[in-house]
Amino acid sequence: MADGARAADAGASPPNDTQPSGEVVFPTREQYVAVVGGYRGAGFEMCADLCGVDYLAHPARRLPEGVQPERFEVVANLLSLSRARRVRLRVQVPEADAVIASLFDLYPGVEAMEREAFDLFGIVFEGHPDMTRILMPEDWEGHPLRKDYGVGRVPVQFKGAPGPR
Amino acid sequence: MGLEDLQHNFLTGRLEDLVKWARTYSMWPATFGLACCAIEMMSVGAADFDLARFGMEVFRASPRQADLMIVAGRVSQKMAPVLRQVYDQMMEPKWVLSMGVCASTGGMFNNYAIVQGVDQIVPVDVYAPGCPPTPETLMHAILTLHEKVRTNDITHRRPPTGSDTGPLTDDQGADTDDGRTHGDETTSGWTPDRPDAVHLGTPRRNPVIARSVGEPL
Amino acid sequence: MTDVEATSPAGGADPPEPRPDTVLDPPVRGDEFSDRGPGDEARGLVAETSEGVQELSSRAETGPGQLRREVGAVLRLPEGVAVDPSDIDVEQSDDETMIINMGPQHPSTHGVLRLMLELDGETVLRTKPVIGYLHTGMEKTAEELTYVQGSTNVTRMDYLAPLHNELVLSLAVEALLGVEMPPRSDWIRMLLVELNRVSSHLMWMATNGMDLGSTSMMIYGFREREMVLAFFEKTTGLRMNHNFIRPGGTAADLPDGWEDDVTVICDTVMSRTDEYDELLTGQPLFRRRSEAVGTLSAEEALALSLTGPVLRSTGVPWDLRRCMPYLRYDEVDFDVIVGTYGDNFDRYSIRLNEIRESVRIIRQVIEKMPAGDYRVQDKKVTPPPRARIDESMEALIHHFKVFTEGFKVPEGEVYVAIESPRGELGCYLVSDGSPKPYRMHIRGPSFVNLQGLPLMMRGGLVADAVAVCSTIDPVMGEVDR
Repeated sequence: MADGARAADAGASPPNDTQPSGEVVFPTREQYVAVVGGYRGAGFEMCADLCGVDYLAHPARRLPEGVQPERFEVVANLLSLSRARRVRLRVQVPEADAVIASLFDLYPGVEAMEREAFDLFGIVFEGHPDMTRILMPEDWEGHPLRKDYGVGRVPVQFKGAPGPR
Repeated sequence: MGLEDLQHNFLTGRLEDLVKWARTYSMWPATFGLACCAIEMMSVGAADFDLARFGMEVFRASPRQADLMIVAGRVSQKMAPVLRQVYDQMMEPKWVLSMGVCASTGGMFNNYAIVQGVDQIVPVDVYAPGCPPTPETLMHAILTLHEKVRTNDITHRRPPTGSDTGPLTDDQGADTDDGRTHGDETTSGWTPDRPDAVHLGTPRRNPVIARSVGEPL
Repeated sequence: MTDVEATSPAGGADPPEPRPDTVLDPPVRGDEFSDRGPGDEARGLVAETSEGVQELSSRAETGPGQLRREVGAVLRLPEGVAVDPSDIDVEQSDDETMIINMGPQHPSTHGVLRLMLELDGETVLRTKPVIGYLHTGMEKTAEELTYVQGSTNVTRMDYLAPLHNELVLSLAVEALLGVEMPPRSDWIRMLLVELNRVSSHLMWMATNGMDLGSTSMMIYGFREREMVLAFFEKTTGLRMNHNFIRPGGTAADLPDGWEDDVTVICDTVMSRTDEYDELLTGQPLFRRRSEAVGTLSAEEALALSLTGPVLRSTGVPWDLRRCMPYLRYDEVDFDVIVGTYGDNFDRYSIRLNEIRESVRIIRQVIEKMPAGDYRVQDKKVTPPPRARIDESMEALIHHFKVFTEGFKVPEGEVYVAIESPRGELGCYLVSDGSPKPYRMHIRGPSFVNLQGLPLMMRGGLVADAVAVCSTIDPVMGEVDR
């Protein structure tokens, strides 16, 4: 099943994509859970990391042919302890419909990681048992790691400026 | 028969000095270690830089039993109300020592998540700079605070500097009327007529940052 | 209190209406928290410290999936089996249990971790950690800093092992740059990183000892840590948060006489570790409080993505230094310590013995340290030596450009992971060809390891909750970032 997924996303990895440990796969949102399930069956016992990326400011990134670029990407890193290998899955998630299936049933360890991606990017993971914010306060508005969310820098006050903030 | 006739076994002094001495040498810190500075604070309490010689090794977990709150570390937006709550639960007399640059001014993290200076939330007596301050710096800050306690009035936390002397004037004596009084017991920035000037560091939405330095806050 | 009256706006009379966000009023009368505003809503700070749905709610208000997690049921049910809340053997009804809150300001939660526990008497039924109290926006800040400045930011995540954070970022950047590192820089990095592991584990032993009641262990642990920190101060300039391991190598070479310093450290740490072994390992109370407490099995640990000593305590011999070596770990000899039962005592003995193994590695590094450059000589990446700035205009310009604009990293993305004292510390770096990272995500091991808390605390006592939290060795800086 893993081979099938790779064949479906034809094209070599982008140039300069140095991968000292593992290959990169680009499933679509629909294939995502099935592909991950395939890897799990093939001996990838652990999901090491799952994060989101907002490509709003870099839409012209290099992707293999056949992969439709969207604003958000969900990147899942799987780890096989028995074979000491990693594989990285990059799934494109559109801005208008920022919903993707959750990997919670396959890897319960992604619970906190998916909550963080929701909190900081606004990507909703369907099937997650507790889709709430985890790092920001509960009544926070906005998703801080998005590229259209400012850093929130306060101008530095110097001597002679009107008093402390 | 007066004090002059008593031969020995009496020391006389002012009550104020006695109170200051007691407050200085048994000031108990509340545990408010947040981040990296907390580790240096623990180092100060541990072997090489013993804090027990100042009577301060007893870090009380309960704020009701503590005199000094050493804010050690960066204060995030989520933590700010908790900080204020712990401060309010402390009994008078209480002091605050802002340890590290993150607690003093926000440090290197000038962004949406960190309160830019804990003095936006609680009144601070001593600021200890450093990232993190070495244990020697923290001890110097503590000794500065001791000095402050020893030399000030026991009924005031800090010498009255401005609240009863009218609005600020600049060097030429012109009135820099920005509606702010200094030397407040409350924190800097907030005044009753501009209650939205400081929101406990929590505008809980995308922060507005486009203010130039010349504008009053 | 005279000051209070001076600043009270209405001169002591009741304010005409409640002011919304202004929790900065000095307490004028009574207890601020019990003040009720019009409409009887709580004023002041009680409402503000509540985090709503992030907290532990009563069982009736919790969905079945989340209920399973809070109870510690990790492994998946077979397909098609629905989760019925009554299947979870929580004997008591909601009326007979109590939800209490530990933290975020708490002496034993290892930083600002807020633990909500549902208790039946002293027994813990459900647990939910609430985090985010140290969220610093470091990943957002990283997008504003150049790669040269990146180490200063990343080093403050796991502040007990700061050199590991710097190392993982540097390895990720060097992977994207495609530079080959000189051998000496690898060995210097290994030396510093292993010394940092020693100091981190000593710190853990100190705090773990204190959490279990042994205050003397706290003082002893800091004693050796001071020795290591003194060496770091001599080498890197700082006791903590060193900003020393940078992309391209290290900031400077090791000082003269470092072999003697490090040898003294090794000898002292080894002998003192034996003392701590004697102090704690055989001690009956320590054993009773650690053995069979906080157990978990290998399947559960793998399902929860736990790594580091927590995973190794369950019997899985996974250590990135051995299994996916980086730097020169394949050229040194060391053992991977593995436990059997997955309880607190196993994790304690793993960390104790990892101190010994790290000292073993350090001794080999002292012997094998090669001469050479401590940083790569690629002009695009490393600044020139300081002395040349006075001589050559070109060097001055080069220095200026590297430190202000930074060096450009080719477009691409990479994930690199190392073994920090807490587990797998990973860095996912996306570059768009500019001098600043486009996205830098750090996989903090403590962030993931905290997911094991509900499982490990279930059925234990509240006193064990403190011990369990301690053996996971969370550092909230890397949990919240």
